[in-house]
Amino acid sequence: MIEVRDLKKHFKVHKRPPGLGAALRSIVHRTYQTVEAVDGVSFRIERGERVGFLGPNGAGKTTTLKVLSGLLHPTSGEVTVAGHRPQRRAADFLRQITLVMGQKQQLIWDLPPAETWTLNRAVFGVNPADFDRTLAELTELLELGELAQKPTRQLSLGERMKCELAAALLHRPTTLFLDEPTIGLDVSMQVTIREFIRAYNQRHDATVMLTSHYMDDVVALCPRVIVIDGGHIIHDGDLRALVKAMLPDKRVSFSGAAAADVLARLGRLVSRDGARTTLEVPEARLREVIGHLLDGDGIGDLAIEDPPLEDVMRKLFKGKPSEPPDAG
Amino acid sequence: MPTMLRVGLAETIAYRAEMVVWILTTTMPLVMLALWSSVADEAPFRQYTQTDFVAYYLGALIVRNLTSNWVAWQLSEEIRLGTLSMRLLRPVHPFASFLATHLAALPLRALVVTPAIVILVLTEARAVLIDDAGRAGLLALSLAGAWLLTFGVFLAIGALAFFLEKSLALIEVYFGVFMLMSGYIIPLDLMPGWMRTTAEWLPFRYMLGAPVELLIGRYPDAAAAAPLVATQWAWALGMLGVAGLAWRAGVRRFEAYGA
Repeated sequence: MIEVRDLKKHFKVHKRPPGLGAALRSIVHRTYQTVEAVDGVSFRIERGERVGFLGPNGAGKTTTLKVLSGLLHPTSGEVTVAGHRPQRRAADFLRQITLVMGQKQQLIWDLPPAETWTLNRAVFGVNPADFDRTLAELTELLELGELAQKPTRQLSLGERMKCELAAALLHRPTTLFLDEPTIGLDVSMQVTIREFIRAYNQRHDATVMLTSHYMDDVVALCPRVIVIDGGHIIHDGDLRALVKAMLPDKRVSFSGAAAADVLARLGRLVSRDGARTTLEVPEARLREVIGHLLDGDGIGDLAIEDPPLEDVMRKLFKGKPSEPPDAG
Repeated sequence: MPTMLRVGLAETIAYRAEMVVWILTTTMPLVMLALWSSVADEAPFRQYTQTDFVAYYLGALIVRNLTSNWVAWQLSEEIRLGTLSMRLLRPVHPFASFLATHLAALPLRALVVTPAIVILVLTEARAVLIDDAGRAGLLALSLAGAWLLTFGVFLAIGALAFFLEKSLALIEVYFGVFMLMSGYIIPLDLMPGWMRTTAEWLPFRYMLGAPVELLIGRYPDAAAAAPLVATQWAWALGMLGVAGLAWRAGVRRFEAYGA
């Protein structure tokens, strides 16, 4: 279980304009600015939940995850993870959590991943029988195969990420902090990682807190999302409820020709890509519009969907410096 | 710890070429040996004969290579780049993992300095070396103390990266003082009185000069050498304490940038 109450994390950052003059001035007079990366955040996550943590770049997502995993000391507020204060980094706490950062690695670069796994077995105090069992399970779920024996530097990005996940999970943590775990991976590898995270969560009743650049990760994995912006939480709840609140209209797409004036009467035209047309239709008019389309000649392959999460994020953070779809 | 040492050794072997090159760049004692040998060519300089100089500087070369490490650079870079996060997520104190890494490098270091040890033992310099068990035992303790003290000093300097953007600049200052005050360039016996007194009050001598002096018989027996080794260990433990304090104060400020 994770409980966060009024968490604040402020950084003092040295500011200096570019140029030699500014560099020289900064020797005698340094200007600092306080950045309120996380400013009064509160939430509670129960054991076994999968929660997406969303927000634009610099919103405070990664800072929060680092506080929750004990890397950063909070400026103020109360944080409890698996019954521990993370910043104390008690051995028992560290054995229960893991933090996977898609852009950083714990694998030893010039040695095969198996060496890092063995090292982790020793430092996490996993007994050899459990280690072998967990490794066999991870090898099966992640299809690690021969990767264990190849030097890390010779692995592809996707192969490395799978081995990173194995390294992060060999001690069977019950709380997973995943910061962009699929960044840079191709679509099929993203799907593999997603399926693995879901399977791990279900097998071990593990709590998962995920940030991702890819909204598909969030949609596939997280029934609940917490949205943070400027260090403050602006939404905490069901993903579908967020989508409905921000973009209540449904997307109706179909193949086949329809006259422009007819489309204009049915709803707002979102796209017309070759023979496929997508309209935005208020939920209240859905039955009427579908009926009309089904009555029309040559209309088929009809689909009704929620708007993509990217659009929800774009609307949510409209005007922010780094607009979604980068909502990782 | 055995697994950490084994993985550390595997890492050392993976980086063997870089490490051997790095160790071989420690040429200062050989330069000083050439210089002082020519000074003492015809007559001893103060109490040092040419053979004494050979024994002293080969001893300095061996001690320097056996007791050195790169933990200041390692820790400082890990703090600056945020990669220290990975160590902080493991339930073992980062000092212990650094300790394992650098202890694991010792076999390769010993291999590289073996030729110097062979020369020291096979040439007439051997006559200068201690040959009794008491002082040999103290020498082993002193080498361990020098290793630990150097490790502690470098950990403390590395930990300053929590407070300073460019803590490695301090390494340059450190090396300047170390070379002068440790006996690396000139034996403490040959220093002017005030300088020697100063050196005896600083830790640098115990990182290099003390074991070398012990090796070449500057202390007549174990009883005379024991206070030197005791002082050295006090420095080593004290410096580890300082590194620990710097760590405790610093890790609260860790910002894990980029990671």
